[in-house]
Amino acid sequence: MIELKNIVKSYGEKEVLNIESLKISRGKICGIMGPSGAGKSTLLRIINGLEKPTSGSIYFDGKKVSFPPELSLRRRMTMVFQKPVLFSTTVYNNVIYGLKVRGRENRQKVLQAIEFVGLKGMEKRNALSLSGGEAQRIALARAIVLEPELLLLDEPTANLDPANVEIIENLLLELNSKKNTTILIVTHNIFQAKRISEEVVFMKNGFVIEKGPTNKVFSRPSASQTAAFIKGEMIF
Amino acid sequence: MNEGFLNNLWNALQLILAWDTELVRIVGLSLFVSGAAVLIAALFAIPLGTFLGLKNSKWVRYISKIIYTFMGLPPVVAGLVVFLLLSKSGPLGILELLWTPWAMIIAQVMLALPIITGLTMTAIKSKDQAIGKTALTLGASKYQAALAVIREARIAIISAIVAGLGRVIAEVGAVMMVGGNIQGKTRVMTTAIVLETRKGNFEMALSLGIILLVLAFIINSILMTIQGEKDY
Repeated sequence: MIELKNIVKSYGEKEVLNIESLKISRGKICGIMGPSGAGKSTLLRIINGLEKPTSGSIYFDGKKVSFPPELSLRRRMTMVFQKPVLFSTTVYNNVIYGLKVRGRENRQKVLQAIEFVGLKGMEKRNALSLSGGEAQRIALARAIVLEPELLLLDEPTANLDPANVEIIENLLLELNSKKNTTILIVTHNIFQAKRISEEVVFMKNGFVIEKGPTNKVFSRPSASQTAAFIKGEMIF
Repeated sequence: MNEGFLNNLWNALQLILAWDTELVRIVGLSLFVSGAAVLIAALFAIPLGTFLGLKNSKWVRYISKIIYTFMGLPPVVAGLVVFLLLSKSGPLGILELLWTPWAMIIAQVMLALPIITGLTMTAIKSKDQAIGKTALTLGASKYQAALAVIREARIAIISAIVAGLGRVIAEVGAVMMVGGNIQGKTRVMTTAIVLETRKGNFEMALSLGIILLVLAFIINSILMTIQGEKDY
């Protein structure tokens, strides 16, 4: 579905991303792991078109992506951030936003999405009065109501309590199985990557160190750095 | 507090309560001049502030510095510039606007414009990163994302307008220089206070001062209520 070739991203002299080749298959949940500064979030922002790579090419379904990506392509994917930014209006208006900008308003779909994340009845609540967990679930509802082909998640559960983490992980698994949504999730939490991902990418210092099926990477990592990270050793 | 001051204060309150015709005319003109100035300034300042807030380039940063500097423009300097522009020998002298309420409005537009522009720009900038980025990821076009940013900054933009009104309604230097404080024509609250104090007519000056304070209180209350809304 997505293919990156020789993607380099530099800020001035500092190179933060250098990916020779990376393929993400359609319909998979792919976990991106790695220590801070590995370039995980930058990778997501580049795929989403929020940042321009310094060099290299991205292909979406075999077609080369220009920068900024065409609106029609951007509308096939969406992203949820670690700290959800909700609009200062009702929960309902937040969830309908993406449909509205596409001219495809659908009240039923919005209500279904809110119900899907377990917040039925909260439609009229002011979004800014929600707890952290509720806000993240609404951010997720706002994304999934769009039925994206590709869902990019940047540490969506990093600041949440275990109960909310479990709710969101279950939602992602359901979304993937029911709608065949491709999910790319950046996580610091190796256990989360193990729980929900079919394949994982391990990154460090801007490079992809290893990529493979989750079971294989966790049981028989081919790189010593991956093994150390999985064991919980301090790697920098 | 001596008896004289209390007497003046009592008489001033009586003047207000008596709804003195001259007093009403002065307050009315003040509200018209400052209201019109803020409205005109806002028509230009909000689009300009929004544009500058959404752009991030070297020349925008340079313009921002100039706008911030003009936010502290002394009213007498604004008055002087408008006076030179509108005086008979000035480039706009032909319009014969000097010593009219329109000259006062122009001078107050000069004072309100940078304040509303600067505050709008700051409001938009503070929302652009998070809101703009979020809107884009949800499939908004650049134009739709900019609208989302403006919508989120609306309370701060209204606050900017109210702040502009607070600034111009209380200023005396600019309106005195280009309006001339002509009775029944260009006399507003601040210029009348100066005149009545000089004449020793403290009751009138105090009554105007009280009204000005009440207006300032109302403007600040509106501002605080609007800003309070942000916290929910």
